[in-house]
Amino acid sequence: REIDVLWTLKSGASTESSADEPLGCSTFIVAIGHHAAAFLSSFILDSVCWEVVGVVKLWNEWCRTSNTTNVLPTDSFCLFYRLISDPTVLLCQCSCYVAEDQQFQWLEKVFGCMRKEGLQVTILSTCPVADYKTQESTLTLPSPFLKALKTKEFKEQVCCPLLEQPNIVRDLPAAVLSYCQVWQIPAVLYQCYTDVIKLDTVTIEAFKPLLSSKILKSLVKDASESTKILKKLLTTNETHSNIYI
Amino acid sequence: MFVPCDRGGGSASSDFKGFTLLVPAVSVGNVGQLATDLVISTLDMTKVGYFYTDCLVPMVGNNPYATAEENSVELSINAEVYSLPSKKLVALQIRSPFIKNKYRPFCQTLLSWVKSSKCARVILLSSSHAYQRDDEQLLGTPLRYLLTPDLEKAVGGLMQELNWKEMEKVAAYPGINDTEKVLHIPGGGITKLLFTESCSKGIQMAVLLKFCSEGDNIPDAFALVNYLNEWLQLIKSEVNTSSQWKTPSSWRLLFGNGLPPALF
Repeated sequence: REIDVLWTLKSGASTESSADEPLGCSTFIVAIGHHAAAFLSSFILDSVCWEVVGVVKLWNEWCRTSNTTNVLPTDSFCLFYRLISDPTVLLCQCSCYVAEDQQFQWLEKVFGCMRKEGLQVTILSTCPVADYKTQESTLTLPSPFLKALKTKEFKEQVCCPLLEQPNIVRDLPAAVLSYCQVWQIPAVLYQCYTDVIKLDTVTIEAFKPLLSSKILKSLVKDASESTKILKKLLTTNETHSNIYI
Repeated sequence: MFVPCDRGGGSASSDFKGFTLLVPAVSVGNVGQLATDLVISTLDMTKVGYFYTDCLVPMVGNNPYATAEENSVELSINAEVYSLPSKKLVALQIRSPFIKNKYRPFCQTLLSWVKSSKCARVILLSSSHAYQRDDEQLLGTPLRYLLTPDLEKAVGGLMQELNWKEMEKVAAYPGINDTEKVLHIPGGGITKLLFTESCSKGIQMAVLLKFCSEGDNIPDAFALVNYLNEWLQLIKSEVNTSSQWKTPSSWRLLFGNGLPPALF
């Protein structure tokens, strides 16, 4: 159940975390789950401006992380990327499920390598709309929709309504946000409630309002690139679903 | 570990010397936690810190005790500490279950914090499976108490006056040998462990529990909190005490969403 976080630092050699100098980090974007990871792949990440700097290897009853860095959002993996033009901008795509006994380890090993002064964290994740508690029935809700939660220190504008009580967030997104709240790091979590389980473009596009936020505005890549990548995602996904044809 | 909310405030907010600490046990029906919610909500206790631990399943949400738009955006995590200095009361609210194999480390962390924060006494709010009661326990009050030897000296007499019933011990080997009796709290979560550890560590701890079953445990929570009030006198006890406790806003929709109109 151990988690291994391997960082590939400037020297090119892979080293274990902790002992080395902590990474200075101003922006940390974490995408948890396939949809959020696909959103970042389509709209932010590319091989020109971003380089892979770290990988998490783990195993649990739900998944085992893949060994390559050339991954599809439908695979199980957890990779860290750094913006080449500004090495303090770190991005994480975590599409593997981190079990509850591993979540604390993930937090300590990832945040343990970062200098936390001036750090701001943005978390993206998805969750089934059936989990959303509301006075009306969830059938009539226009899903997918975004809800946000922020820590006390986060003072900026939020791109969507806040998550009302009695709704809660669980798993790794909750673990990261709790960590930020306790250690007074400004952080915001954008949770997308969706009724589609498999990877689909409607849910991915539900994250689009975030592209106008202060943090992501400067990182968005060319729009035509995004549509091409989204289309590619659709086709790679559908080859698995021809059982009913 | 305890992490205060307000770093700059110094030790003022984390000085619990002489305070009474309320802790719920994650137990059947979550009665202890519901009762703690009622206490925090009614007395409008202030959040003073977090209990940062790897022993509980993580969760976050907005302020569960929100009364208006303005105070609804404060983020809450799975274990938080609230205090009311005017009544020398501090409460630790636990909102999620234990991670596998982590309940023992949690007990140790909790008890060492109790010692280091110099709380005068701890009151553990808990519950036990109603179906495990014997014939005698089926009659009369479903509420029970337990006191560690150190607290027995201080308040044992008060319990007699209040006419409270002590939790009965059961036979260690039922049917075979009825002479050896042990404490047995089925469904109580970490209650027994915390109690026995407190006895051996000389901590003044009281356990207040109610026999109940899973279901709508709100009435059980009210019963437990009124029981607590008989002792601590947190609110004025009038004839209809149930209406004196304020239900937090997070108790809405405990049993699911509204129904789709197309159903009918």
